[in-house]
Amino acid sequence: MIVKEIVEKLNLTVHSGEAGLSREITGGYTSDLLSDVMGNCDAGKIWITLQTHKNVMAIASLKDIAAVILIKDLKPETDMAAQSETEEIPVLGTSLPAFELTGQLYELLK
Amino acid sequence: MLFDFEIQGGDFATAGNASSQIKKILKQLNVDHRDIKRIVVALYEAEVNVVAHAFGGKISAEINTTEVRIRLVDEGPGIPDIELAMQQGYSTASPEVREMGFGAGMGLPNMKKNTDEMHITSVVDEGTTVELIFFLNQTPPNH
Repeated sequence: MIVKEIVEKLNLTVHSGEAGLSREITGGYTSDLLSDVMGNCDAGKIWITLQTHKNVMAIASLKDIAAVILIKDLKPETDMAAQSETEEIPVLGTSLPAFELTGQLYELLK
Repeated sequence: MLFDFEIQGGDFATAGNASSQIKKILKQLNVDHRDIKRIVVALYEAEVNVVAHAFGGKISAEINTTEVRIRLVDEGPGIPDIELAMQQGYSTASPEVREMGFGAGMGLPNMKKNTDEMHITSVVDEGTTVELIFFLNQTPPNH
């Protein structure tokens, strides 16, 4: 499945990084601890988090993460959005909390 | 080949820049992707440690066909008890740094796990030197 299909099926907002919507997704990872994601999230996964700063994109890029989903209507800070455009890694958004979104994404990808 | 980078203490906007550059270099050199992955994880954690704890530092990376050696030398508070700092979950990061999702006490254990050798020397009130050593192409083919 590609990022664009997830956006449509889960009714997500695309905040930035539209150029990366055709990236292939291999799974998901839900965490707000950056070292946890750095150490344990594999390439090609979608990262669900409430962190909205630029370091999220540094990690997403270093780990070849397919896209980031911000929960609870959170929006990326300006430099995070800019970095997402540069890296062509989409930052998406939902009004749902992490638990519900993770459940829905899991159902889609299992 | 030798590559040098500078790290600004406290500047989270540029944290990860050296790791990103080294990742590009390793890709260009056709280093195995599994080796690139672990080098990037360890180096990023080390880079963030300098940003979060020190006033500034220097990275020098030595890359050849069989191994990668990366040395990070910082000027900062130093680590009084390295064994304690190595423990999973132990951190001296500030509340601001923790709020960003750093400072969970996972950085040093992540570095240890992803290196073949790691050496830390530190002098309190002067700074810390971390050496990360990776032997390339040692991962079993089906790993």
